[in-house]
Amino acid sequence: MAKSNIAAFLCGLLFSIGLGISGMTQPQKVIGFLDVFGEWDLSLAFVMGGAVISYFLLQLWIQRRFSTPMLGETFQIPSRKDLDRSLIFGAVLFGVGWGLGGYCPGPAITSLGSGSVNAVLFVVAMGMGMLLADRVISPILTHQALKS
Amino acid sequence: MTEFEVAMPLAGGILIGIAAAMMLLFSGKIAGISGIFGGMLFQQGEERTWRSAFVAGLIAGGVLLYSINTEYFENSSGRGLVAVTIAGLLVGIGTRVGGGCTSGHGVCGIGRLSARSLAATVTFMVAGMAMVALVQPLYH
Repeated sequence: MAKSNIAAFLCGLLFSIGLGISGMTQPQKVIGFLDVFGEWDLSLAFVMGGAVISYFLLQLWIQRRFSTPMLGETFQIPSRKDLDRSLIFGAVLFGVGWGLGGYCPGPAITSLGSGSVNAVLFVVAMGMGMLLADRVISPILTHQALKS
Repeated sequence: MTEFEVAMPLAGGILIGIAAAMMLLFSGKIAGISGIFGGMLFQQGEERTWRSAFVAGLIAGGVLLYSINTEYFENSSGRGLVAVTIAGLLVGIGTRVGGGCTSGHGVCGIGRLSARSLAATVTFMVAGMAMVALVQPLYH
């Protein structure tokens, strides 16, 4: 197995430990964070804050110190700057699903390790939703954008 | 507002940030979970392999956490099988069309000061808050 795959496995492992100890794998905590008009639970704001600040500092250091990744050829960083309809429409649908189920993709996949039936159903449905997006919804959005 | 925790969420968040930065350092990739999962499903060859390894790592971490303390996966949200299935479908469509989720846009994107990711994150948070305001009364 290539070193880069072992690295990816270890990053996934560490990522899920972070999700677990932070509380992200408990849907009621996620829902509590989003419940601003109800029993608002601010805890998860610290997850986001800790993750964003540590990633910001580390990526700054990595980009300055390394011209290529340690086990790869190039840094693959998104370069788009425009705000388009797909971005916002997609984010709305994601947010609605997140609030309904209390799972976003990382915690749901991590929760497969607990044998949770809810998580299994969520992840299978998520895969089907992605297929639907690729085959049906994104082509329609692209077609409409070209017409207008 | 209810009582909230600081230490463990912050520690977990920092671990998430470190894991995502390690992905950048080693492989030069953005650790966006929805993109990694989607790529695992729809791409082939090497592009599929590393993504599968990452997803396997996530699940292995879940197994490890569950063996340490099952409370990491406590679910008192009241959400049933129909709700989580619809939620999964919406999250799948939304992250694919919108190009990312909490990790790709929320952590890595904002952490690179990307305006697109900031716009996406504000949008999915507001949409999530609106949805919870709408459905949460049904679960009390």
